[in-house]
This record gives sequence, C-alpha cells and structure tokens, in this order.
Amino acid sequence: MTEKFVLKGVRPLGGEPTDVILRDGVIAEMGAGLSGRGAQVVDAEGFILLPGLVDLHTHLREPGREDAETVETGTLAAALGGFTAVFAMPNTDPAADTAGVVEQVYRLGQEAGRCDVQPIGAVTVGRAGRQLAELGAMADSAARVRVFSDDGDCVSDAALMRRALEYVKAFDGLIAQHAQEPRLTEGAQMNEGALSATLGLAGWPAVAEEAIIARDVLLAAHVGSRVHICHVSTAGSVEILRWAKAKGYPVTAEVTPHHLLLTEELVASYDPIYKVNPPLRSAEDVAALRDALADGTIDVVATDHAPHPVEDKECEWSAAAMGMVGLETALAVVQQSMVDTGLLDWAGVADRMSTRPARIGRLAGHGCGLDVGAPANVTVYDPAASWDVDPAQLASRSRNTPYAGRTLPGRVVATFLRGHATVLDGKPQ
Amino acid sequence: MKHLLSAGDLDRDEALLVLETAEKLRELADRPIKKLPTLRGRTIVNLFFEDSTRTRISFEAAAKRLSADVINFSAKGSSVEKGESLKDTALTLEAMGADAVVVRHQSSGAPHRLAHSGWIQSCVVNAGDGSHEHPTQALLDAFTMRRHLGALDGRRVAIVGDVLHSRVARSNVLLLSTLGAEVTLVAPPTLLPVGVERWTCATSYDLDAVLPKTDVVMMLRVQRERMNAAFFPSAREYSRRYGLDAARMAALPEHALVMHPGPMNRGMEISADVADSTRSVIVEQVTNGVAIRMAVLYLLLAGAGSAVDDTVPEQRRGRA
Repeated sequence: MTEKFVLKGVRPLGGEPTDVILRDGVIAEMGAGLSGRGAQVVDAEGFILLPGLVDLHTHLREPGREDAETVETGTLAAALGGFTAVFAMPNTDPAADTAGVVEQVYRLGQEAGRCDVQPIGAVTVGRAGRQLAELGAMADSAARVRVFSDDGDCVSDAALMRRALEYVKAFDGLIAQHAQEPRLTEGAQMNEGALSATLGLAGWPAVAEEAIIARDVLLAAHVGSRVHICHVSTAGSVEILRWAKAKGYPVTAEVTPHHLLLTEELVASYDPIYKVNPPLRSAEDVAALRDALADGTIDVVATDHAPHPVEDKECEWSAAAMGMVGLETALAVVQQSMVDTGLLDWAGVADRMSTRPARIGRLAGHGCGLDVGAPANVTVYDPAASWDVDPAQLASRSRNTPYAGRTLPGRVVATFLRGHATVLDGKPQ
Repeated sequence: MKHLLSAGDLDRDEALLVLETAEKLRELADRPIKKLPTLRGRTIVNLFFEDSTRTRISFEAAAKRLSADVINFSAKGSSVEKGESLKDTALTLEAMGADAVVVRHQSSGAPHRLAHSGWIQSCVVNAGDGSHEHPTQALLDAFTMRRHLGALDGRRVAIVGDVLHSRVARSNVLLLSTLGAEVTLVAPPTLLPVGVERWTCATSYDLDAVLPKTDVVMMLRVQRERMNAAFFPSAREYSRRYGLDAARMAALPEHALVMHPGPMNRGMEISADVADSTRSVIVEQVTNGVAIRMAVLYLLLAGAGSAVDDTVPEQRRGRA
C-alpha cells in the first residue's frame, strides 16, 4: 500500500496541534514538523482529529428497500459524516435472520469500500418475536455477528428475551433491545402528554420504554449477560440505567442525535418529517439525556439513521413512516448539543462516538486510540465551520432530515478508512 | 382568516363575528327561498375521507344556499381507495380550481397538512380530523347555546363521555373558554387524555355532582367497541355511571339544555326520553349547523363584513 497522507497541524482530540502521517493503513508517525515526503498533504490547521466514528445503529435498507437506501449510498453518507464503521440493523426484507443474509450485507459493505459494515442479526425468526433465529450460525458466519436486535420491534416476550440473553453468552454476543412495550403503544404517534392530548394524536407514553428497560436490566443481571438499550429517549429511562449501572449490571445504552436536540413541540406542525420512533420527547427529557451522555450513564451516540422515500413522509401524519436520516448530521448535532454547550469535550465525543460503540459491538480495528501503530481509521473535523442543511445535498438516497433549513456547526473535512481517504475536503473520494 | 383548522384559531372577536354572521344567515332558513348569490361562481369541494353523511350534507346545504358550486369527493370508491395520496388528491383539486376545500379525515392534522404543505392555494375548512378537532361543530354548539342562554360568559357547560377520542370535545373546550364559558369534562378516567389538566377546563369523574351546577350538558357519543379495549367494563356500567337518563336530567337546573353532536347511541350515553325531551336541542343543532357553515364559508371566501345586508336575495331578482 503506497497511499500516504500527512495531516498538517491537526489537533488530536482537540489538543495541541501536531502533524500526523497515515501510511500502510496505520497511523505511522505523529509529531511536530513532519515532512512526510511523497505524502499527500492535508492542511488541517485548527481542525480536530478524531478516531473514525462508529455507528451502532444504522438502517441501510438493503436488501428489500433499495428505493430508500442501499449499502452503497448509506456507506457514502456514513463516510461523509465521519464514520468508518456502521452496524446495519436487520429489519430488511428479508430480515437479516440467517447467516446468508448477514453475509450478503457484509459483502455489499466490503464491495462499497467506504466504511466497514458490520451486520446486526435478528434475535427472532423474521423479527416476529416467536422463535430464536439461528444466532450461532450468524455469529460463526463470515459476518462474525456479535450484536443481535429485532430493532423496529421490541423483544417483548420476557421468556424469549431471557433465552436470547442467555444464549448469546456462548459467543460473547449482545442483545440490543428496542424498548417499547407493544400493548402500551398500539397506534402510538407521538410522546404522550399535554401536547398529544391537544393534537389528538395517540400517545407513546414514556412508561412503555421504561418498563421494558427496567425488566431487561434485571433479566441481564439475573442471567449474567450483556444487554444494550437502543435509542433511550426519556428522563425516566436514564434514572433506571443509572440505578442499574450503580448496581454493576451489564447494561449499555445509546441515544440518538435527534433526541439530544429536538423536542415534541415540532410535532404541532403535523409535518411527518418529525415522526420518529421512539418519538421526540420534552425539553426535560432532552436535558436528562444530555446529562446522561455527559456522565457516561448513556454510553454512546448512535444515529438510528432511518431513510424513507419521499412518499412515505409527504402525507398525513398517521400514514407516514417513522424515522429520520442522521449519518451526515450526527457529529454536527452532537457538537451543537454537547460540545458547544460545554457538556462534553472532543475526547468525550471520541469516546461516545467511536471507542465505546466499537467496544460494545466487539468490532476490532475501530475505536482505537490516536497512537502510532493504531489503524488509520480517523476523521478530520472543522468545528469552526457551519452549514445550512439542504436535503437535496445529502448523499443518502433519502431526504428525510429534520434539520432541513437549519444551520448546524462543524464540517467533516476528511475521513480515512485504514489509511485510505474516503472523504477529502468534504467530498467523497 | 384564511383557513379554519382549529377552534383555537379564533380569538373572541373572530368567534363572535362567525356567530353573529350565522345569526343573520339563520334567518334565511325561515324564508321560503333559502338562497343567496354571494358565492356564485366559487367552487367548494367536500373532501370526505371518512363517512359522515350528516356533516357532508350540512356543508353541502350551506354552500348551495350561498350559490357556490359544490363538488362532493368521497374517498370511498375513489382513487384514494386505490392508493392515491393526500398530496395527489390535493393537487387534483387545485388543478380543478377549488376555492375552498372542506375536509373530513380520519387522521389528526390532515387538514393542517393540506393547508400548510403548499400543495393547494384554496381555503381549508376542517370538518373533523381524527381525534383532533371539529371546529364548525363547536361553533354550531356555541351558536345553539347562545340562542337559548344569551352570552356565554360564566355559563357552565358539562361535556360528558369519550373525551379521549373526541374532536368535538377538543374544539368545544377551546371555543367555549374563548367565549367565557366554564367547561367541565366528565368521563371515566380512562376516557380523559393524559395531559388534560393543562386544558382550559375542569374535569370530573362524577356526573351526578356536576349536573346540578350545569347550564348545558353535552353528551358525547361513546362507541361500544371501546369496552373491548378496556376503557370501561361494559356498556351497562358505562350507561349507569355516565349515561343521561330522565332521573339525572331532573337534577339539572330548570333552564339547562341537553345537547349531543350526533349520531346518538340511544340507551347508551343518552336515554330515548331525554333525547326527545323538551330540553333537548339536538335537532336544532342540526339546523344551526347549516347557518354556521354558511357563515364560515362566507367569511373565508367573501371576506369580512356583513353577510346579508350587502347581498341581494335571489328571490328579488326573480330567480330561484
């Protein structure tokens, strides 16, 4: 491999400026005044160097909904957002519930080559919540699946959840739970509270999330297996997680960028661009989620990037699909909600968006320290820039961003996957 | 006022303007020829995604009495049933030159979406959306109350029944509080929405405690199917605790009115003798509905000002 880059004046984790040479797929040298002869120079004066971001929760939609997203377009969006690895959720068509499907998704990611795609396997056959899928076969496949989830649906049967948690211990697996008690959320359209009452939209009560989290942290502790809570959205969930972690229970959790920034008041427009599951919550919930991410109660930021074609959003609220695209705006939203507010420094961002998600997902080669010899999976970010979000400019095949027309801070300048530039000067390579 | 989407869109002056305009238009109902030329050449589309013969014919009669051209677009058996989207339906209506679209939809917020999506330029009137609002129903209810009780300031109105799923209740709470009335919602706790304590009204679980202090009691339709979703144990128990029968009606003050937005479940939320009693103004509500809808269409399409004085009734021109 002859590809070689020298990042001039970059600030690792926002620290002192230095030069960094990427060569042979690794961080080859770090220090002031490196010449890097023969290397392509990236003027990174004032920019921040982060380990390549890792997303534990992405919907790439392939196979089945290639009109919404493909592995090709989704990984392009990921690279432009500063990601070097994404975990692909299994709610595809067919569901990723066999070794065959996870290997297909894995191979499509390899072929796209823009960022590593680590498939997540379904917990149950067809994500139907009845019978365990062949978790061991997916673990043993070329895709080496370690994270399993029925995301989009909750593994609501307590006995099935218990067995899933127990079973994946054999290969150090993890169940990522979409915490939503189904009977409490039948037909649910938005956060249940004063606003849902006024708008006449069926409520999605916080307790429907919190009850499942409470049950599952207890189950995980009982059987001694790891559970991960997807897209935590309420202050009450944070309290349960804090309690469980204080007890030493094996639980980790994620929060989405949109739940760190947006609140339910946006729903009053009845514009389904703001329809998402779990729903946007109150300002108090947002504040609690930010604090929890800052103090580590919530381990990671995960995008829940959920592409939908225009027609699934350009309709009346109750008919619209739930979800928002998020790969290309995640770091900007985290900067705005966590860094610019003083809650998290850049080392903290690296921890929550790279180190911990890679560790939770048992993904080798990602989320490593910015040290000589480490894999050159890195992102160069300009926190002083700002940009107006234009859905038409997104690389994702879908346009359902809730930030259209907003000005967000920061810009991903470059992304490197094993020393190969996937993004340079903000443009895909 | 460009659209009428929520009863909350109307401030006190605007609400009174609608009610007073309707009062003038109501007189038309007593004339042998009930037609004004005001909206001649204007096209009003009744866009009904949900069956509601009562509301549709009320809007249709209102539009026709103002000489508008009326197009009834029912989603049943139409392109909508074949999968056409709300957007494409809207674009079709826009292309046909609709001046106003009266929309009934099972999805809360659909009229709001039509009005603000940029798909159409015409006025949008909400004729009931999901469990959100039904502003013309609230207006006709207020109109009916005022005809019997005068100004509503300080008047006590009890709205009884399935508030959780009721667009009528939401619009009435907003409008009646704007007009100065004191509203109490009466229902079993399962049929009151979480967050109702933030509304501009009181709530009670005890109908018998509320009735003696009530000037108007408005009974809401309660679907028997709700008991299957465990909102209440049985129709019989509901009826015993929250139904209005003759004994309960006797607890009302002498002057109190009994109302119902229809269609009624006789024997469920209201007994037949109450529905047919002299205190019931339920049939009058229907008559008043036409006048209110005329006033709304007039004010949206012909602008503010007096509805009747500056127009020439059809019969004076020798037409019918």
